[in-house]
Amino acid sequence: MSKIRYTEEHEWLLIGDDALVTVGITDFAQEQLGDLVYIQLPEIGKAIAKGEEAAVIESVKSASEIMMPVTGVIVEVNTILIDEPGKVNDDPMGKGWFIKLKMNGPSELDGLMDEPAYTAFVKDLG
Amino acid sequence: MNIATEHTARTPLYNLHLELGAKMVPFAGYEMPLQYPMGILKEHLHTRSQAGLFDVSHMGQIRLAGKNYAAALETLVPVDIIGLGISRQRYALFTNDQGGVLDDLMVSNGGDHLFLVVNAACKQQDIAHLRQHLSDQCTIEALSDRALLALQGPEAGAVMARLAPETAKMTFMDTAKVTLMGVECFISRSGYTGEDGFEISVPNEQAEALARLLLAQPEVAPIGLGARDSLRLEAGLCLYGHDVDTDTTPVEASLSWALSKVRRADGARAGGYPGADIISRQLATGVARKRVGLLAKDRVPVRDGTQILDAHGNVVGHITSGGFSPTLGDPVAMGYVETVHAKLGTLLQAIVRGKVVSIEIAKTPFITHRYYRG
Repeated sequence: MSKIRYTEEHEWLLIGDDALVTVGITDFAQEQLGDLVYIQLPEIGKAIAKGEEAAVIESVKSASEIMMPVTGVIVEVNTILIDEPGKVNDDPMGKGWFIKLKMNGPSELDGLMDEPAYTAFVKDLG
Repeated sequence: MNIATEHTARTPLYNLHLELGAKMVPFAGYEMPLQYPMGILKEHLHTRSQAGLFDVSHMGQIRLAGKNYAAALETLVPVDIIGLGISRQRYALFTNDQGGVLDDLMVSNGGDHLFLVVNAACKQQDIAHLRQHLSDQCTIEALSDRALLALQGPEAGAVMARLAPETAKMTFMDTAKVTLMGVECFISRSGYTGEDGFEISVPNEQAEALARLLLAQPEVAPIGLGARDSLRLEAGLCLYGHDVDTDTTPVEASLSWALSKVRRADGARAGGYPGADIISRQLATGVARKRVGLLAKDRVPVRDGTQILDAHGNVVGHITSGGFSPTLGDPVAMGYVETVHAKLGTLLQAIVRGKVVSIEIAKTPFITHRYYRG
């Protein structure tokens, strides 16, 4: 059984079996960022704490970081994005995923939003 | 690049921008379209392949008239204005006493007047500057009743010829009074993208109708400020306040081509503008730093304000404009470096988020200018 959670930084987390989590950015985020032109992904095997930089993204407008939404170890990165950063704009919730990580434990997910909560959160941003 | 002020003004095309789905941002005191639903990347490429319509009504339009306007303006710019042909346009710079640049502008000879287009963020200051120095020699009128549209791209000529056949004979930097939809417009064949194109000065009341007419042409799409910036960067054109400002002289800014021969040290009307002594000395003996083009080697965009280092880690300059070039598919930038490092092909470094990015001095423009020269 997989489920999706969201952060206030507009990342989505697809929670799979064995604490495996796929992370990307939401449609709202890609829309705000504009066309992505450069993505720098973390090294596989790297342990990164929640709130630390996991990836760097540059759009035609600006540079920003993807923060680690939960503490864990990077197990896979979407290398396609290095040559085709526009995939994130085209399919942010699918082919435009950034990283897969193994989280420390299920308690890492505490405080993240589910879909209705995130939808309401975005709506409040106007 | 945003200069927000207490209250932002709107151009006559504001409602049209909203109707077209633009994302509006404050810029130089105006609410301007950053991008339309097409997005910056596609807007950029559309302008390079077909034609883009830009609202540049935030820019200042000024009319100088009276008995002595050309000689008067020459006292403020290092440029030949007296020799500017009727219906011709020329790039110019307002300088200060240190030889720095107060603003850059376009000057057109309307036969019995000069028509100036100045930067939005500088226009109040420019008008005050003109009034302070020239009001006893000519009349200075801010044309706040006019909007300015830019039509740019390889299809711009065909579009304009369809609407006003007499524009077909205009070449780069020609100007003309043209009737569009029954309204007298002031048109120049120039722009800020490196492409063929036109800038059209139109009365505020008719601006929206003209914009709609242009957008109804199959080649034309609306283009926002985001693509305007990446287009001008690829074309190697300076953005005032970034690539040139009061702390840079025209010589340092690699704009010596704009300093007319007749106004240089051995010219018939040498000097006679603010900072002339400094600028002519720099022309004769060179400058310690200059504006250059830069290519980033690692796909990482290098942005405005980033320091430039030599191979030993010494700071030798800084980036003034940087971003991604949609045409090249790679990052491009402009910046200032010490002249000893300014040779084409010189490898330097920028530090981006703590990592060394290799950059190389490169020729500008990054794309070939495609102005229509007949």
